Amino acid sequence: MTGRQAAPPIPRVVPRSGSVGQASVAGEFAEKIAGGLAYAADRYEPGMLYAKVVRSVLPSAEIIAIDSSEAERLPGTVAILTASDVPHNVVSEEASGLGMTVIQTPVLASKRVRYAGEPIAIAVAESPHLAEVAAESVFVDYEPLDGVYDADAALLPGSPDVHERGNVLADWNLASGDVDAAMAAADHVVVGEYFTQAVDHAYLEPEAGVGWIDADGIVTLQVATQVIEHATEIAALLGLPENRVRVIATYMGGGFGGKEDMTVEPFLALAVWNTGRKVQMVWSRQESLLARPKRHPFTMRYRTGVTADGKLVAQDIDIVGDAGAYPYLSPRVLFAGAVTAAGPYRCENTRIRARAVFTNNVPNSAFRGFGAMQVTFGYESQLDRIAATIGADAGQVRLINFLDEHDSLPTGEPVPTRPAVAATMEAATQALSEVERKEPSATLRYGRGFGCSMQPYGRTVFFQDRASSWVGFQADGTVIVRAGVTDLGGGQAASLGQIAAEVLGVDPENVVVHIGDTHLNPLTGGTFATRQLYMSGNAVLKTAMELRETLADVAADLLGVAPSHLEFGGSAVSAGDSRLTTAEWVRACEQANLPVAHMSTFFAESGDFDPRTGKGQTFPDYTYGTHAAEVSVDLETGVVEVLAYIGCHDVGLAINPLRVEGQIQGGVAQGLGYALSEEIITDNGTNQSVLFADYLMPTSREVPDIIPLILEEVPGKGPFGARGIGEPAIAPVAATIASAIENAIGARPTELPITPERILALLEERHRPGT
Amino acid sequence: MPSPARMGPAVDRSKVEFVLDEEPVEAWVEPNQTLLEVLRTVLGHTDVKYGCGEGVCGTCTVLFDGDPVSSCLVFAVQAGGHVVTTPRGAGPPDEIAALRAAFLAAGAAQCGFCTPAMLLTVHHLLMENRAAGREDIRSGISGNLCRCTGYTKILDAVEYYQAGRRTGSGSA
Repeated sequence: MTGRQAAPPIPRVVPRSGSVGQASVAGEFAEKIAGGLAYAADRYEPGMLYAKVVRSVLPSAEIIAIDSSEAERLPGTVAILTASDVPHNVVSEEASGLGMTVIQTPVLASKRVRYAGEPIAIAVAESPHLAEVAAESVFVDYEPLDGVYDADAALLPGSPDVHERGNVLADWNLASGDVDAAMAAADHVVVGEYFTQAVDHAYLEPEAGVGWIDADGIVTLQVATQVIEHATEIAALLGLPENRVRVIATYMGGGFGGKEDMTVEPFLALAVWNTGRKVQMVWSRQESLLARPKRHPFTMRYRTGVTADGKLVAQDIDIVGDAGAYPYLSPRVLFAGAVTAAGPYRCENTRIRARAVFTNNVPNSAFRGFGAMQVTFGYESQLDRIAATIGADAGQVRLINFLDEHDSLPTGEPVPTRPAVAATMEAATQALSEVERKEPSATLRYGRGFGCSMQPYGRTVFFQDRASSWVGFQADGTVIVRAGVTDLGGGQAASLGQIAAEVLGVDPENVVVHIGDTHLNPLTGGTFATRQLYMSGNAVLKTAMELRETLADVAADLLGVAPSHLEFGGSAVSAGDSRLTTAEWVRACEQANLPVAHMSTFFAESGDFDPRTGKGQTFPDYTYGTHAAEVSVDLETGVVEVLAYIGCHDVGLAINPLRVEGQIQGGVAQGLGYALSEEIITDNGTNQSVLFADYLMPTSREVPDIIPLILEEVPGKGPFGARGIGEPAIAPVAATIASAIENAIGARPTELPITPERILALLEERHRPGT
Repeated sequence: MPSPARMGPAVDRSKVEFVLDEEPVEAWVEPNQTLLEVLRTVLGHTDVKYGCGEGVCGTCTVLFDGDPVSSCLVFAVQAGGHVVTTPRGAGPPDEIAALRAAFLAAGAAQCGFCTPAMLLTVHHLLMENRAAGREDIRSGISGNLCRCTGYTKILDAVEYYQAGRRTGSGSA
């Protein structure tokens, strides 16, 4: 094993010209507000075809026969495609990244279906209605098979196997110190079990895209996706060279990880390839709720040994995550859960086991927080339980256990940068203490609580992540940035413009950013894992710095100073009182035969992890935070209302504070749904939550004004010392709400979502004699 | 832009005439086509979004004779003789411009998918009640889901707008 290899250094720049660190509403936002921005489903063309997926109605069955003859005879049907029409009918992903697991997922099932909603065929027709009717007219003859619908049950001997190789998809084991000895020597051993549920991303834009074959014969897909690099997988399933498939990402109507795996892409590609015509595919909301991967339900079992004064001396943690029927990103999600399962707390003797288990439920995959979010509910509930057990203050127990910069993680690797989690706890709880307290009434109880978290940003270092960008001047001094990032609405593109503007000293409105096109932009990797600011932000910073350095000599000569004395700002290069406009500088560089555009690649730090020993390097860094909230609980109805909410994170440096606030506020609202109301309910593999009317995401009435607190305590590894904020914002919410509810009613919810029924059950349990 | 439905086999269509954003329009529609579908695919109004088809999410909101409705729950033929207003066509223009400016300044949009209909609903509430404040709007937009912003900055935008109206600086 080699050690962690640091990323090659980028010259550090202190933001000075005022582009970075300022609230900005630049970019596409004005067009979004005016209703003019075209999303993936907004592209209509005469003669376009429409495609619809035929999905399994059973969760576990053998396919005896597929009869598409009636569908093919219908007027308006152009094609019915089944497995035999797919050149290479498999999406094969080595999902762990460490050579552990290869399970092949068919694009279209032909012999066996493993979940209700699994794709079997594609109907292509002249209108959306005709495609729907054709899809409904494909008859599938099934022989039902036994299935397994619960991850714990799937681990039992004799349980039906979802795949031939057995039901354990991934089994991660991390260990440090001597857990058994330390546990035996502990003053107290605190045991807790915590349960989380499956939830849907519920972005408001359902999965959509159009595809066509362009004049050069390139298969082109314009889709709502977080990852344009899926172009290579599409090429593989069509049997084409990788440069014959182009993916263009539209601005997404939300993603949250749900557009990280492919959605419409393989079906669109097959429809286009088989018909030669332009095809649109838009999933209905109900199809999206039925068949898109959800967030993994986790069962988390914690045993923690503590000293009498609350110091953690041993942790034994077991996590079981329901992967559903196919791997998708489950091994990685459970890996992130394992690495962060002990939270931002020091414990020298720690054993963590995290398993991803196949069931015949809809597959689960990436969702904002990616495993590290579920475990926050586990470790924070456990910390509160420890405080209650030893009769200590919950904040004090945390303070004596918080990780500091000299500590190691359970993988044996040092903490990457100093965790300022204590500072976030102080800021969040202080802000809540300034909210006026309410007097309890006959039926309402009020409570306050908080929760802390650590959330990785960036991909695990063994993926050797990289991102490229291109930055070029026009002759008039304006700037073009090209980078293959995708934009979910977090301002991903706009922040790259701010970074280029900062380095080159031009106004942000003079920078145009082109994103999301595999054939026209340098590739950056997808927008997921809170990696985009870290990766493409560093790429644009590096590219712009190298371009500036190449061209600085020309300005230095003209201004008669050394290059190190140049200032870049206000669309000019200056040295003292003498200045060149950016346009003058660029023209001088062109006359000197210097390139005024440049492409470069940022390589993230790399490292190795050994799954046999559980030791090695994992994530580049973490974003820490604390949330605090006040709730009311109605003792008669069990209804919880959130009255005040503060979300605080150390973001290192906020490139665009307005967008950082937006990420925190939005993450909290999504987290409140997770905490209190949202759940995909299944009954023996049949999804009962396929209507938006049945899926209770928070409306404006359920969300209080969310107060974001941005700390800039410890520089992170992103551009200008920024840390990612996309995922961290959702992690502490459920634990925070559970803590506030416990404070209100004296009983701790351990199962999500915390519905009124569960509150009433907790109240009843509390009043039962002998408990 | 021709309707995709016209590319298929012959079905019964009827002509529907209504006022769309102050202009009379006509379209040949199938009996089962929703107003949403016709607005998007026949009349080019992709600012009206499909989000759920159940009347739950609010992204397809239009004003129907001045009142907000989910256009996914209205058959296109029902629009005959009525007045339909979309997010792009709402007015008066200076009010819309001021509200859009307030949304922009507050950072009230992220992915932007709910935004046109959200803005239309807020605009409608403000036209109904010129004094509408933060809590009025919080109640009034509960039929328009937003998954990105947590609603807080949308309510901030309303306050920016109202402050701008009071000082006269908001009408951009």
